Amino acid sequence: MSVIKVPEADVAGWYCATCDEEMVLQSVELEYLDSLFNVELPACPKCRFVLIPEGLALGKMHQVEQLLEDK
Amino acid sequence: MEQSELRQWERQCVQEEVPPCTAACPLHVDARTFCSLMAQRRWDKAWQILAKTMPLPGVLARFCDGPCKGTCVRKDAGGAIEMEFLERFCAENAKPVAPPRPLPSRGKTVAVLGGGMTGLCATWELVRRGFDVTLYCSSLGGSLLDYSGDILPEGVLEREIESLRTMGATIEAGVDILLVQLDLLLDEKDAVFVDSDAVSTDLFPIGMLDEMTLGTQRAGLFASRSGEVSFILQAATGRRAANSIERYTQGVSMVTGRELEGPYETRLFTSLEKIESVSPVLDKAYSELTAQDEAKRCLQCECMECVKGCEYLRHFKYYPKVYVRQIYNNDSIVMGTRQANTMINSCMLCGQCEIICPEDFSMADVCLEARRGMVAQGKMPPSAHEFALRDMAFANGAQSALARHAPGADISEYVFFPGCQLTASDPEGVLAAYDDLCRRLGSVGLMLHCCGIPAEWSGQQALMEESMEVLREKWQALGGPKIIVACPTCLKTLREGLPDAAIVSHWAILRALGLPAGAKVQDISLAINDPCAARNDVLLREDVRSLLDSLHIDVKEPEYSGEKTPCCGYGGLLSTANPALGEAVARARGEAVEEDYVTYCVMCRDMLAKIGKRAVHLYDLLYPGNDDPGVRPAPGYSVRRENRVYLKERLLRELWCEDGANAKQPYEDIGVEFTEQARSAMEDRRILKSDVQKVLLQANTSGCHLVNDKTGHKLASFRPVVVTYWVEYEDRGTEFIVHNTWCHRMHIKGAQQ
Repeated sequence: MSVIKVPEADVAGWYCATCDEEMVLQSVELEYLDSLFNVELPACPKCRFVLIPEGLALGKMHQVEQLLEDK
Repeated sequence: MEQSELRQWERQCVQEEVPPCTAACPLHVDARTFCSLMAQRRWDKAWQILAKTMPLPGVLARFCDGPCKGTCVRKDAGGAIEMEFLERFCAENAKPVAPPRPLPSRGKTVAVLGGGMTGLCATWELVRRGFDVTLYCSSLGGSLLDYSGDILPEGVLEREIESLRTMGATIEAGVDILLVQLDLLLDEKDAVFVDSDAVSTDLFPIGMLDEMTLGTQRAGLFASRSGEVSFILQAATGRRAANSIERYTQGVSMVTGRELEGPYETRLFTSLEKIESVSPVLDKAYSELTAQDEAKRCLQCECMECVKGCEYLRHFKYYPKVYVRQIYNNDSIVMGTRQANTMINSCMLCGQCEIICPEDFSMADVCLEARRGMVAQGKMPPSAHEFALRDMAFANGAQSALARHAPGADISEYVFFPGCQLTASDPEGVLAAYDDLCRRLGSVGLMLHCCGIPAEWSGQQALMEESMEVLREKWQALGGPKIIVACPTCLKTLREGLPDAAIVSHWAILRALGLPAGAKVQDISLAINDPCAARNDVLLREDVRSLLDSLHIDVKEPEYSGEKTPCCGYGGLLSTANPALGEAVARARGEAVEEDYVTYCVMCRDMLAKIGKRAVHLYDLLYPGNDDPGVRPAPGYSVRRENRVYLKERLLRELWCEDGANAKQPYEDIGVEFTEQARSAMEDRRILKSDVQKVLLQANTSGCHLVNDKTGHKLASFRPVVVTYWVEYEDRGTEFIVHNTWCHRMHIKGAQQ
């Protein structure tokens, strides 16, 4: 699932308001239709709030969703 | 789908049937491809097409008398293609090709007696198939030798005889046939063929001859019937003899499956509509230019009737025979990607192809069955129809649905059923229509409900039945009144689902009652857009035209209209399953006429309005408001829901004098404004205002959100059920300004809600 990557520009500027922390890449588990993937995604190191930027949601992530739906 | 069903469907689509010329040709020459290449001046390639099928092509191409011309579709649009002259031109101008390479030897020997066209062609066909052939004849060519000069230039026959030798035939010319002993030959060889036009059958009494096999009463002896003058038919006889000898030496049936050996009728349909009549090029000694012009007249026969009328069928690049195969394969996949899901879910199930197809092929039947199969196997992509089914649930939910007698009444002779999309798009029109019906018919009950068609279209049969059962109960609770239906899809669906109910269209009622008081009578021209649900309802279409006539509207019929009308792109849930194609379909429909459209399905109106085509619903003319209805924008998804809720609340408040307000959900108190960008993102991504409000409520309650240090915008996410929504917003204290929103279906495990 290394295809899911977040360009740095999409993350730039966002920080966790709750914990006042910068986003850092962390291993995150994504699940869709009984498939599980480990992906590096920007998240708050404290509360683990994960950021899925627009480009990722509508781009690669959407493609993978479609692919899994047709399996 | 069972394999036998696949075969049946495949048989029903005639696109891959051979063209009439090939079917009528005794040798089944591919005249269509030949003409296509000739039209491109690719003489050498065209010659290869002839040489592939014809024995002794250099000779035969010069003697073809065009037996295809009687069936040529072009004959009714100027005149049949002058095939024999094109062949002759090609024979004279193309580069000769090497004779075909024979198949490996079968170890079977055949004697051919007689060197006329029949014998030569039988020899050609047999050596080609790997037989060891000896041709015995007194002279080579038989009656061909009567021709020379222009018709058969010197050297042509000799070259083809040389080809026969190259292919491996042994040619014993100059033999005194009288000395040939048939009995000895029959003992020696596996089979013997007698060309009866070149060898006197007095010498070789062959007795009774079987028409189909050319077999005689002696095993292994085959012969042609004498007296055939057409060289092409002689060649075809030579091929038939070769086929028989092949079967005989293999020990297989001599008769089964030989129906298509000679000329036959094809099932291919080719329309002459829109084909201009063009006369044949009369100068028979063709030059490159005139040969090309003549070849260009070939219609390149094919059917494609359904594809011409349907954007969907065109979009996937093929035709139903290929599609049904793809759907069958899709259905059979155990592991791997199901390539045809999108194609299956893109059919509008509108039935246009079935009407247009000369063999009644119905893609709707194939695709709906495939969808039901996918649902049953748990293989339906969740994103395909979920949004539409959520909308259906909303239309049937407490906020939107209603079933009542008229205010103050406890029985209903009639009940008005406007349909959930009309209420979503034009609540004012529905209010006016209901008011009009009550005034003129007395007490008319009201049912606001979805007819259940999204469930049917998505392949969810159980949900469809369940939904229809709820409708039945509500209708029965009203005492089973006659149902007045405004939406053509609801009309069709309710007639199928409630066969015991008396159901009448609103348009039939209005035709009988006369125009409502405020109807806008005006002398204008409008193109009528029949919705696909009216395809098989000729009375409905007549009622609407009669109303338009009363309104003094000059009605223009588009090319595809009435029973051939296409879908607007909404049907079959295309616009949810494949929004881009849905839009393309609407665009094609919009571009089909110059005039503004008038229609009587609000989804057609809204689909057309969405792509910028001026279109009015019949309600806009019968119950006009103040604005120009042609430019009324199609309401977005959120507004459609709000309109349903608004309509119910207003009806309850004004007609039934009740407080119609539903108990509010907490998120509804979230005040929210949208930028243009956010609004357009919401429509494209099918995100509702309520989805956004839920995210904002969740962010407010949990405090979980991100902040952008450059823009100051906040970002929060929430997953109410199966979709995670993201909202980028500004918090202005009393309300939120939403700048952007997006969503995904993939679930982030163990992180935020």
